[in-house]
Amino acid sequence: MTAGILGRKLGMTQVYDDAGRAIPVTVIEAGPCVVVQKKTPQSDGYHALQLGFGEIRPRLVNRPLQGHFRKAQVRPVRVLAEVRSQEPSPHQAGEEVRVDIFKAGDLVDVTGVSKGKGFAGGVRRHGFGRGPMAHGSKYHRGPGSLQSRAAARVFKGRKLPGHLGARRTTVQNLLVVRADPERNLLLVKGAVPGPRGQWLTIRRAVKAPRSGD
Amino acid sequence: MDLVRIVEEAHRRKDIPDFRPGDTVRVHLKVVEGGRERVQVFEGVVIARKGGGLGETFTVRRVSYGVGVERVFPLNSPRIERVEVVRRGVVRRAKLHYLRALRGKATRIKERK
Repeated sequence: MTAGILGRKLGMTQVYDDAGRAIPVTVIEAGPCVVVQKKTPQSDGYHALQLGFGEIRPRLVNRPLQGHFRKAQVRPVRVLAEVRSQEPSPHQAGEEVRVDIFKAGDLVDVTGVSKGKGFAGGVRRHGFGRGPMAHGSKYHRGPGSLQSRAAARVFKGRKLPGHLGARRTTVQNLLVVRADPERNLLLVKGAVPGPRGQWLTIRRAVKAPRSGD
Repeated sequence: MDLVRIVEEAHRRKDIPDFRPGDTVRVHLKVVEGGRERVQVFEGVVIARKGGGLGETFTVRRVSYGVGVERVFPLNSPRIERVEVVRRGVVRRAKLHYLRALRGKATRIKERK
């Protein structure tokens, strides 16, 4: 079983299920991807597929990558990502991976780079509570006390304001609402990291309950 | 973004008639009650249409036994069996929230011919 596919976030909308309930979904353009390299326990110590996705002008591909693509006899692609799996995948290097590896009802993990929020305070970044904004209060959205006075220093890991977002995040156990191999579309329930156009890796859920549980 | 539109298109209701705020409509709604499905009718004045695309909703207001009742329906919901336009009205704004403060004769809306 092939463990995943690469895609691009197109945007969110909602669809209705058979009971007439509205389900919020993210529409992902998923694949077709090419298998650029196949890793096996003999060659690399583990099972994985290196997948490629996205159009790129040949002029933008540097020489080392050109060689890499030629070896697998695939078209040059914009992004490369590795998808690990426990069992060997039925796909071989040079082959295509399409959305039909998923079907409605599957659970997936979606990885991407989240939207950058810039330098954010503790309230937004860590969910700190804030003080009263008026009635003479001078404590509004500050971080408050950093430590007891006896410590005489600030311990490592203290949650403080700082840069938020724009980092690799994974959302686990999203339900596949629909997979459309004809249009290469994947509809997943809920939100996924990043703005529209964000490159995503969609993998079979690691923590999915086994059937029969 | 156009691929998102394609996904939405399949769920859009094309059988819902055109109506505007100020119109009086009769909404036939499928409700499941005790395992059985039946149709419930809600008639009143459309006081707002909100949102766009598949998520568009409309609010219907009626006064029932002296109590104002407002219901919000998703325009494209498959639970709506059909919408009848009973009467078209002339209004000069898109949101008729001011009707909430009025009672009786003051809530009349002139008919659009």
